[in-house]
Order: sequence, then structure tokens, then C-alpha cells
Amino acid sequence: MTELPVAFLVSTVAAATPLLLAATGELVVEKAGVLNLGVEGMMLAGAIAAFATANETGATSLGLLAAVLAGTAMALLFALVALTLQANQTATGLALTIFGRGLSALLGAGFVGIPAPTLAKLHIPLLSDIPVLGPVVFGHDILVYLSLAMLGAVAWCFRSTHAGLVLRAVGDSHDAAHALGYPVVSIRYAAVAFGGALAGLAGAYMSLAYTPLWAQDMTAGRGWVAVALVTFAAWRPFWLLIGAWFFGALMYLSLYVQALGVAVPSSLLSALPYIGTVVVLVLISRNRRLVRLHRPAMLGRPFQARS
Amino acid sequence: MSPVLKIESRGHESKFWRYASPILALLLTAATSGLIFAAMGRPPGLTVYTLLVTPLLQQDGFQGLAVKAAPLIMMGVGLSLAYRANVWNIGADGQFTLGAICGGGIALAFPDAPSFALFPAIVAGGVVGGMLSGGLVAWLRIRFNANEILTSLMFAYITQYLLVFLVTGPWRDPEGFGFPQTALFTENALAPRLIEDTNVHIGVLLAPLIAVALWVTMEKSLLGFEFRVLGEAPRAARFAGFSENRLVRVAMLVSGGLAGLAGVLEATGTLGQLTTTLSPGYGFTAIIVAFLARLNPLGVIPAGLLLALTDLGGDAAQINLGLPNAVTGIFQGILLFYLLGCDILLLNRIRRVPHTSGAA
Amino acid sequence: MNEFAPSGPLLTMTGMTKQYPNCLANDLVSLTVERNQIHALVGENGAGKSTLVKMIYGVVRPDAGEIVWQGRNVTIPNPGAAQRLGIGMVFQHFSLFEALTVTENIALGLATAKERVGLRDRILRISTEYGLPLDPDRIVHDLSVGERQRIEIVRCLLQNPKLLIMDEPTSVLTPNEVRKLFVTLRRLASEGCSILYISHKLEEVRALCSVATIMRHGRNVARCAPAEKTVKELAEIMIGMDLPTPPPRPPVSATAPPRLVLDRLSIRSPGCDLKDVSLSIAGGEILAIAGIAGNGQTELMDALSGETPAARPESVQIDGVAAGQMGPAERRRIGGGFVPEERNGHGAVAAMSLAANAFLSGYLRRALVRFGMIDKKRTFAFAEEIIRRFDVRTTGPRAEARSLSGGNLQKFLVGREILQDPGVLAINQPTWGVDAGAALAIHDAIMALAQRGAAVLIISQDLDEIFLLADRIAVIAGGRLSEPVATRSATVESIGRLMGGATADALGEVVHA
Repeated sequence: MTELPVAFLVSTVAAATPLLLAATGELVVEKAGVLNLGVEGMMLAGAIAAFATANETGATSLGLLAAVLAGTAMALLFALVALTLQANQTATGLALTIFGRGLSALLGAGFVGIPAPTLAKLHIPLLSDIPVLGPVVFGHDILVYLSLAMLGAVAWCFRSTHAGLVLRAVGDSHDAAHALGYPVVSIRYAAVAFGGALAGLAGAYMSLAYTPLWAQDMTAGRGWVAVALVTFAAWRPFWLLIGAWFFGALMYLSLYVQALGVAVPSSLLSALPYIGTVVVLVLISRNRRLVRLHRPAMLGRPFQARS
Repeated sequence: MSPVLKIESRGHESKFWRYASPILALLLTAATSGLIFAAMGRPPGLTVYTLLVTPLLQQDGFQGLAVKAAPLIMMGVGLSLAYRANVWNIGADGQFTLGAICGGGIALAFPDAPSFALFPAIVAGGVVGGMLSGGLVAWLRIRFNANEILTSLMFAYITQYLLVFLVTGPWRDPEGFGFPQTALFTENALAPRLIEDTNVHIGVLLAPLIAVALWVTMEKSLLGFEFRVLGEAPRAARFAGFSENRLVRVAMLVSGGLAGLAGVLEATGTLGQLTTTLSPGYGFTAIIVAFLARLNPLGVIPAGLLLALTDLGGDAAQINLGLPNAVTGIFQGILLFYLLGCDILLLNRIRRVPHTSGAA
Repeated sequence: MNEFAPSGPLLTMTGMTKQYPNCLANDLVSLTVERNQIHALVGENGAGKSTLVKMIYGVVRPDAGEIVWQGRNVTIPNPGAAQRLGIGMVFQHFSLFEALTVTENIALGLATAKERVGLRDRILRISTEYGLPLDPDRIVHDLSVGERQRIEIVRCLLQNPKLLIMDEPTSVLTPNEVRKLFVTLRRLASEGCSILYISHKLEEVRALCSVATIMRHGRNVARCAPAEKTVKELAEIMIGMDLPTPPPRPPVSATAPPRLVLDRLSIRSPGCDLKDVSLSIAGGEILAIAGIAGNGQTELMDALSGETPAARPESVQIDGVAAGQMGPAERRRIGGGFVPEERNGHGAVAAMSLAANAFLSGYLRRALVRFGMIDKKRTFAFAEEIIRRFDVRTTGPRAEARSLSGGNLQKFLVGREILQDPGVLAINQPTWGVDAGAALAIHDAIMALAQRGAAVLIISQDLDEIFLLADRIAVIAGGRLSEPVATRSATVESIGRLMGGATADALGEVVHA
């Protein structure tokens, strides 16, 4: 009877991975003071790029590369309109989402229902065979480990490197950073591009490992959950991990509960992650002191160089 | 020395660009979309033509356009009001759906009630449903400081699942052969038609009337003034004694209520029942409508018609050219990008300056 | 090749000139700072001190003039160049990152990784050595203003400056912190770092500085040893001997009932808390509150207008009505009029028309709303009346507020309130950024309003204006209000002392330290 809980844990980690990747990218973007709501669009772009490339070439690694490029390209489009042309960041992010959904649907039209090479799960001799711990910790595909490594790397960068410090400074006061001579816009471009790369990878995970196939709008709002996750974690990397696991669990709960034979309608269970998002968002937001303490002061504010 | 593009502030808003900017954006969108289609091996000119012109040439094309535009105009008007005050209602789809559920529920519960009583009750139910959803978002923002972008969007997803649950469960049509849909609404529950034996229901008339009414409110009433000041200069709004909380509440109730109205009219006017897909993304399309109209309720009418046209164009492209329906999403997404980008020309001009080395 | 002369003056500036579109900020100004010297740069707001100093620090390029540093002609194109020469500057408004630690803030100001080696320990060493205790790991958000200033100073000291420029350093310090700062500055000067000390606090200048260069209206007016003059003499040189005699105004009746009362008003604010502010103004009386920016004026204005509600309704009383918890619209209804410090985005909406801006404040008292709709005709008439009566130079009520000059817009905003016939008028910085002609018109309008029996409260940094208009003067410092004194018995010296927030005793210690 240990199969179900083990499967549940394994699946939670898997479900959390795209959230973790996308949210880590968005964390970097928001710490630099920019609000990019186009995560959903970037994820979908990455998903179709990965799927199509892997299908055409037969190599998942090329698919991952394509996803990174696609996500970054989309992100740079956002940066051009929101940072250089100084349009409203909320609206620009929405435009990116709408565009990303349309573009991915168009490009993906020919790939519906087709199988593609999937990311292989690791199999470490001995370690992966340990009951329970084996599959949960050592039996995942490479993106799962990459997502954890990325989060760790980002956290370390923020704490211990000068580049991370400069990024945080830009998000705290872009005027002071500008006065000290730092290229605010360039730094934000870099952060936004990084966010796009990770969002693209998150999408690739969906189409190459999680589902794994292509369907229109397959991310089903995960990009939005990732944005919510950053607020939920109050911009702190460790809590991002907790949040991703929590939502991953919620997302898988419906299948798990059904497998247990409980008679709750599946559609209501599917709504659980979204209800959970609202509840947690409210609980965190109401603590205005916590939010004010960690929220990058310049978040969403346009920067106009005043020399 | 390559010339560099520099962005210079004008110091005031350019009247010319206020109207020229959306037009420029449209032209750029058509051109860019054409390029994308060409890159995909599709004839660019024909595709754009199919998107924009073909629907009008079909039989009853204008009627279909009016029917498609009605919900977009209604929702766009509500959103233009909210966005004016910086209240970012993104989940209008959820309010639309909840309105349809509430109204539809009344229709299913009282199938034999007389039309003059039933239909107004259904409409009221729809509006209330939308207001409930919108009001909840406002409450969460005011009371708990929760970001309305995320909450309204989450509610959209939640409401969609609620709809699926109802339509496949307790409200499923027992004689529907197991299809996920409710029973057809009875004749007295359906929206009255403006033209007999067509789809042109009362919503087609209501939408522009609502747009005009809200335009009058925005431009000429004290409440509209409060909204405009709040969006323009929040500190000045406080100075004048305008309550931000009250305005947030009104913004969400109005935009939610209008979305709910659109939903219930769609359900009783066009669909005649509830199914698992009530809104083909109207919530997002309405956002573009609002921006294309430059957040002006009167401008929402032509903007709504244009975007309805592209929606129908997507259907036509699917039928005639074998393109997926999503092609409209690309067109609309690009349009929004260009709208936002071209807006910089209102307050700035772009100059070419010769590249000089050293500090300016 | 680049040998600097080891003796002679540290810094000599001659013929410094800078023209801005609206004013000649510096007109052939000269300044000489010797080694081991604490040199004061004295003048009122707008005298040109900031511009001169920005030219030394490379923030602004001079139109003309010569800078000789350690015997050699130099140009200073940017702050980096100034720092490399050995010039450091502590600005009046700090460029600090609230969410970051002390060490991180300082690290961001240092250009190369080499300079950042062992930073934390160097900060500890320098801060303790110079009597500027700092905990390198604390977050700036939690620090007091005095502690924040220490960060800025330590940041400069880490680069071994030979000249340290300090811009109004004590405006935000307690008397105790001022004392400690002076000890540090004296030590720095004796060790080879000259101090250029910008201030208009004459008591401190006398106590600390050996030489003072006095500026007025963009020009040098004097250079002297401040200790040899009295504060009064220094003030007269600074302001000019034209302290205008106030026109005779009818004395305020001793029995006139108060129209504006503040009763122990206390407000908590992230900026500056207000503590137990009390005052009482009768009809026909003008009370002025003097003070340096940042001491609670904005908080006080927000509390008066109702944008910040008070804890108790009786804290603010307008014509006897306990208005402390009323919003701005309600307060206007009972006769309050308010002109905040910021025109753009607060008192007026820049992108909207003058008619709309007239409506913004006047819709209640001038009855501009009918059945919830804006009465366009009446609104336009109101705006036109303001434009006409207050000589606002503009094309008409349709003109956008941002198309007006500062002076004209201010005339419009003041006129907007006055034409609503308020019983109480509160203005924050009535003529800031306003040309002389408009300033005159505004002063006349304020006096006329008081003449008609209204109670007027003016908050201002301009002592000229205060002495011209006010019947009584109080001083706000650190969120507290001093006891108002009659203008006739006040002097610039006494007011200046109150503005410094220091009591006579504390300064006495400093002189002899």
C-alpha cells in the first residue's frame, strides 16, 4: 500500500517543477523591479518550441535549447515595449500572454496528438532502487534537478555576489542606482531575458516530460500560479520552493483523491489549486508589514532616467 | 558614426497621435501578421483578407458581427471604466461565466414562468452573479491588500470548473444523450429578438446604449470625474476627498456586473443553454477592446466591432484556409503590443540623433 | 607630470558661472578652501550654494570659470572624477537602498572589486575610529536619519578624501548627534581633510567654521570669519539689509474666537511623526510655521487637509467643529481651504484642464454638481473668475494645468481656495518655485483674505515671507511645534535657533568642545 503515497510524492515533485522554474525566473525579474505578467505566454512558447524541435530532430536536448531561445525572445519583446517604450507593464505582460497563446497554438497546430521524444528519467544504480526514497529523490528527469539547482544558484547570487547585489539595488531604488552610475535599463533587460529563459524551460518540461505531448493552452494557468507564487513567497527563494511543492501537491491531489475512491467531482478538485492560490495570496498580502519589508520598492514602476 | 534613436519628451499630449496611434497600430499589426503568415507558408494577403473582410461578405455577415460584438462591447465598456482607475480586472471571463450560471440557473428552475417576469429575473440574476464575482475581488483587495490581477484571474479558472461541474453533473440535461450541456432553455427564457428568426437579440441594442451611458457618466458626472482623477493622480484624488476604496468597489461591481450581463445574454441569446465553453476568451479580447478604444466607452463600440470581426475572421480562416482558430489570438496579441508601443508617440517624439562620443 | 602642489590652497574656484533657463544660478562666483580648514558656504535657499557645489562634485558642468585643485587646473566631468581627485560629498538627500544592509549600500558606491575587499571590517574600523558608530549588518530601513548620514560619511571616508563637502548636514540631526558630528569634522580637518560646510544655520557656522563664504542671489557677497560676527550680523549679510517692514495691519482682537485649533495633534508617519502639535489661530490672524524641510511640514499639511485622519476628532477644529476625522471634502464644506506643497499631482492634476482643476477642490462650496452631473457652465465660470481675479496668464479654462508656469499655476491654486471664501486657509510653501511678481500677488491675496476675517496658517521655509506676512511665528522641528511668538518680538536669530532644534545650552557645549 506504499505505492500510492510514493507515486503521490513523485508526482508532486514533478508537478512542482514547471512552477518552480517559471517562478524562479519571475523572482529575478521582480527583484529587479519589473513585473512581467507574460509568464503564461512565455511558457507556452517554450512548450511548443521544445516539442516541435524535439519532434523534428529527435533530440530532447535541442528541444530544451529551442525552449530557452523561444522564452528569451518573447521576454525581450516584452522588454522592448515595457522598458524602452515605457508602456504600462501590466498591459504589456497581458499582451505577451495573449500573443504567446496565439502563436503557440498556431505553430502547434500540426503537432496535436503526435508523440515526441520525452526526457528520460534518471536511473542511478543502487540509489534509484531504494524503496520510497529512490524514485522520489533520485528518479526524476534532468529538469527537475535543474530547477532545484537554479533556485539555489539564484539564491546564492542574491546573497553573495556583487551582481546579485546590484540587481537588488535596482529593484529597491532605480533612481539611486542610476545616480551611482549603474545601467538600470540594461540590467533590467538582462533580468527579463533570464526570466524568459526559465519560463521557456518550464514550458519545455510540460511538453517533454510532464504530459508529455502538445495541446493548445496546455499550461492551463500555471504561468499565473508562478507569478502568484513569487508574491506568496514574499520574494524569498526558500519559500518559493515550499510554495511550488504545495501547489504541485494540490494539482495532483485530484487524481490522488480519485484514486482513493473518494466521491468528489473531478472538476471541483481541479479547481483546488486555484482556490489554494487565492487563499494563500490573501493570507500573505494581508500581512502588509511582511509585504512592505520584502517587496521590491520599484516593482512595476517605469524608470525615467533623469540626469 | 551611426545615427542613434533618441526618445524626447514632448511636454504635452499630441492631439494628432491620440487618434492616429491606434490606426498606426492596426496597420502595423496587419503588416506583421502578414509577415508571420508568409513565414509559415501561408499567403499573407489572403489570410489577412480572410481575417478582416470575409466575415462581412458572408450571408448575414453584418448580423453575425453585431451579435458577436455585443458581449465584447459590454465587457469592454466595463473594463475601460475599471482600467481608468487603475483597477486591473483581468478575470472578466469569470464574471461572465458566473453571470451565465446564475441567469441560466433561474431559467432552468422556472422553465414555465411567463416571459415578462422570467426574462428580467434571469437578466437580474446574471448581473448579480457578475457583481458577486467582481465584488469579491474588490473586497479582497480593500480588506486584504490582495492583488486584483491574480485574484480575478484565479476566480476565472475556478468559475470555469464550477461551470463544468454543474453542466456535467446536477444540471446535465437528462435527455441530452450524456452530452455535457444543460437542457435547452424554454422559449420564454430566451432573450427577445430584435429581428425575428435571427440571432440578433436584445443585447445588440443594449451594448451600444450601455456604452453611451457609461461615456456620459465618465465624462460628465462627478463619479466619472473621480475615476479619472484616481487613475491620473491618486494623491490629487485623496486631496479632493475621493475615496479610493469606494471607487475600487464601484469599478469591480460595474465591470463585473457588465460582464455578467454579457454572459447571461450570451447564454439566453446566442447559445440557448449552458455548455462547458461559454466564453471563447471574451475576457481577454475585451481587454484589447478597452485598450484599442483608449479606455473611452464610446471608442469601445468601433473597437468591439473590429475585434469581433477578427474573431469571426478566425472562424473563417479555420473553414476556408484550414488554419487553427488560434490565428486570431496572434492578431489580437500583436495588436495589443503595437497599441502599447505606439502610445509612446503621444507624449514623446522619436528623433534620430548623430551618435556623439563623450558625455552629453 | 601630475604633481599636486603640497602647499597653498587646497581648492580655488574663480569666475564660476552657470545659467539655467529661468535664472542665473551662479554669477562669477569664487571660493577658496585652504588645507586643514572647515569652510562654511552660507546663503538662503536659491542663493546658488547647491549649484556651486555640484560643479565641484562633477554633477553639473560650469558655463565658465576655473577650478584649481592643489595648485593644478582641473576639469571635473563627473562624480567619479571628483572622487579620484579626492573630493567626497555627502548630499542633503541620501541615495540609499532601504532594503539593503549598511555594508551592501557602501559596496554599491565603490566602483572596483578591489575596493570591496574586507569592506565590512574597514567599515567597522573607520566608523568607530571617527566616532560614527555603525553596525555593518543592519538594514538601512531600520536606521535613524542620523545613522543613515553616517553611512554616507563613512562611504566618503573610505576613499580617503582631501575635501569633504557636506550639504546641510544637521537639518535632520538631534542636538546630541550634531555635537558628535562636529567632533568628527574637527578631527578630519586636523588630519588633512578640509570640510566645505554648507548651511544656513548661523549658530552652527559660528561654532564650527573658521571661514565663511556668503552668497546671495548667485553672487558672492562676503567672506569672513564667522566667529568674529554675531548671528544677527551674519543673517543680515545673508538675507541682505532689505528685511522689508511689514505694512501696518490691524491688530488682532484679543477676544476674537479661534477659527483653527490644533489640540495635541499626534500622527505616526513613516516620514516624521507629529508630536503633540497645538496651536490656535483667530479670525483675521496669520500664523506662520517656519522650519527646514523634512521636519513634519508635509505630515502637518496632510493632517490639516484631512488626507490623514487624526486619532481624535477634537485634534483639529475648524470654526469650533471637531473635524479630526473628517475627510478633505467634508472639511471644505465647513470652511477649510488647503494649498499643498506640491502643485503637480497633488494640488492639481497636470494633464487636466484648469476648469477640471477648479472643480477638483471647489465642487462643493461653489455648488458645481447638479444631480450627480458636472455643471459645466458654472465650472467654467468659476475657473474664469479665478483666472481674471488672480491675473493668471493662460489661454483660458481649457488650458491644461501643465501648460502654466509655476507662478501662474500657484496663483490659480491659491485663488481657487480663496474664491471659495474659506473661514480657514492652510498653505504649505505659498511661493516656492514662483517668480517674484506672482509671489507678490499671492502675498497680497493672503493678506486680503486675512483682512476679511479668515484665519490663515502658512508653512514656509522662506524667512522673508514669514516676516512679511505673519502676525505670529512658530517653528516646527522634529515634528514638534514651538510656542508661537509675535513677529514684532522675533528676530531671524531667535527663529534660526529654533529651526536648528538646538537649545542654547547644547550649542554652548559645542563651541567649547
